[in-house]
Amino acid sequence: MTQNRSWIPYALILPSVVFLGLLFVVPLVQTLWLAVSDNGTPSLANMTTMVTDLNFGRSVLNTFLLTLAVVPIQIVMALTMGSMVAKMNGGRETILWIWTIPLGISDLAAGMVWLSILQNTGYLNSVLFGLGIIERQTAWLTYQTPVALFIGIAIAEIWRGTAIVMIIIVAGLNQVPKEFKEAAEIFGASPWTRFTRITLPLIRPALQSALILRTVLAFEVFAVVYALGGRNFPVLVGEAYNWQNQNQNYGVAAAYAVLIMVISLAATLVYLKAVKVDPERLP
Amino acid sequence: MSKAMNTSGYAGFISARRLLFWSGIVALCAWVLVPIYLVALGALGGRTGAYQWPKNFLPTDISLQPFILFLKTEGVFQSFLNSLGAAGITVALSIALGAPAGYALARYNFRGKDSYRLLVLLTRAFPLAILALPLTVSYIRLGLYDTVLGVGLIHTVLALPFAALVTQGIFLGVPRELEEAAWVFGCTRIQAFFKVVAPLALPGLVATAVFAFVISWNEVFAASVLTVRHRTLTAYLLTVLSESPMHYRFAGGLMLILPSVVFIFAVRRYLFAIWGVSSK
Repeated sequence: MTQNRSWIPYALILPSVVFLGLLFVVPLVQTLWLAVSDNGTPSLANMTTMVTDLNFGRSVLNTFLLTLAVVPIQIVMALTMGSMVAKMNGGRETILWIWTIPLGISDLAAGMVWLSILQNTGYLNSVLFGLGIIERQTAWLTYQTPVALFIGIAIAEIWRGTAIVMIIIVAGLNQVPKEFKEAAEIFGASPWTRFTRITLPLIRPALQSALILRTVLAFEVFAVVYALGGRNFPVLVGEAYNWQNQNQNYGVAAAYAVLIMVISLAATLVYLKAVKVDPERLP
Repeated sequence: MSKAMNTSGYAGFISARRLLFWSGIVALCAWVLVPIYLVALGALGGRTGAYQWPKNFLPTDISLQPFILFLKTEGVFQSFLNSLGAAGITVALSIALGAPAGYALARYNFRGKDSYRLLVLLTRAFPLAILALPLTVSYIRLGLYDTVLGVGLIHTVLALPFAALVTQGIFLGVPRELEEAAWVFGCTRIQAFFKVVAPLALPGLVATAVFAFVISWNEVFAASVLTVRHRTLTAYLLTVLSESPMHYRFAGGLMLILPSVVFIFAVRRYLFAIWGVSSK
């Protein structure tokens, strides 16, 4: 572009920079300040209240366990789905559309969907009853059945969140040149070898961004949990919500917010380091 | 003889593998679709359906009546309108602010381009909806608290980075030569953009808009924190959740699902192009 028009790109990005500055950077700084201050003076009171709260330990543990259970399963399922559609000829579009439907479904709706299955007079109990496994309606979503509640929430999260991982991975798979696989096939590589030695390294960038996106979302889990278990299963964002809306204590809510942000950032950094993307090996 | 047996054995092996492959596909489709079918049964089955035991898996006792009754419940329709309003603001703002940025990223090399991309990517490492917490105070001061506009603004923070990255990819797909040709033939830059680039980029921009809509429509946390009386549909459903009967919850779930499914269907062609770009 010519020199005298060098202001154009700045004029084009300026509105979005101002907007993100006002509604992303400023609130970010405000959150940090709210969390480490008390009536305008620096103080760790909010942090202390958060850490000594009865639900704190449980909510940290629950959030981490849920993330650890959900994200790997979603990645494996998405890789399986991606490899399956890669082998299809006819009907590929339809199958992909069906598999991406959950992308448009909110976490609250996903919670309600699985509530219809897992509630006392729900479909799961009806099937188990029909098979003679249970004799009467059984509750799965109470605080007395923490394991069943955990599994129910994890299933709802996997059901809803796998679509986005699959889309990113399929988009990555689409960019792998056919020649690579054909060459490997000619040299007699087994399907498994082709997958681990050719496909996986080549879709690393896609894998990395899917991992980052899904993990950040998993630490934000809230509405699914609330719809299925109410307050029987405390998670970090749920605690932040309660401190803000029920207790009207914005400081402690901000402390939770900072904690969630720090965890998300740390996870992102870990993925950036652990899943190295070597630009020279990309197609 | 033995050779013939070998081939038939091989064919059997192939068809067994195909059978396994297709049962896997069917199972995964059922995994996605059956729960939606079941919640629809719950939404259309009414109170008696919700407590029926054991459940009937066939759609024999359903009617639209319970769902219409749910729609007539106080607050439902208003919150539906609020959701539409917030999503409309999100779409308008994220395209109006994001598309120029995407165009700049696609067409120009300028100092600070990398920093800008970093800012946009940084938003992805943050749980953005959490920012609603400190915003409460500023919103009250500015008169934005408990307004549809306020919710639309925070939802734009969620959708804008996405819109900037995706529109960058869309504008990269419009050949630069066409635009330059328009300049040669005497168009100003602005004319060239609206007469040449915009029509070619339009389908992609529409797909981006649809995604911005779905992002806002589905957002629960920020909307619940920032509203009290002017709730969006998700915020309304979340707050009345514990006191609503089961079949109302299912009806609410179905009402949230239907528009997004239609929208995803409308943009299905662009799903992979868009995510291929935005995941780079």
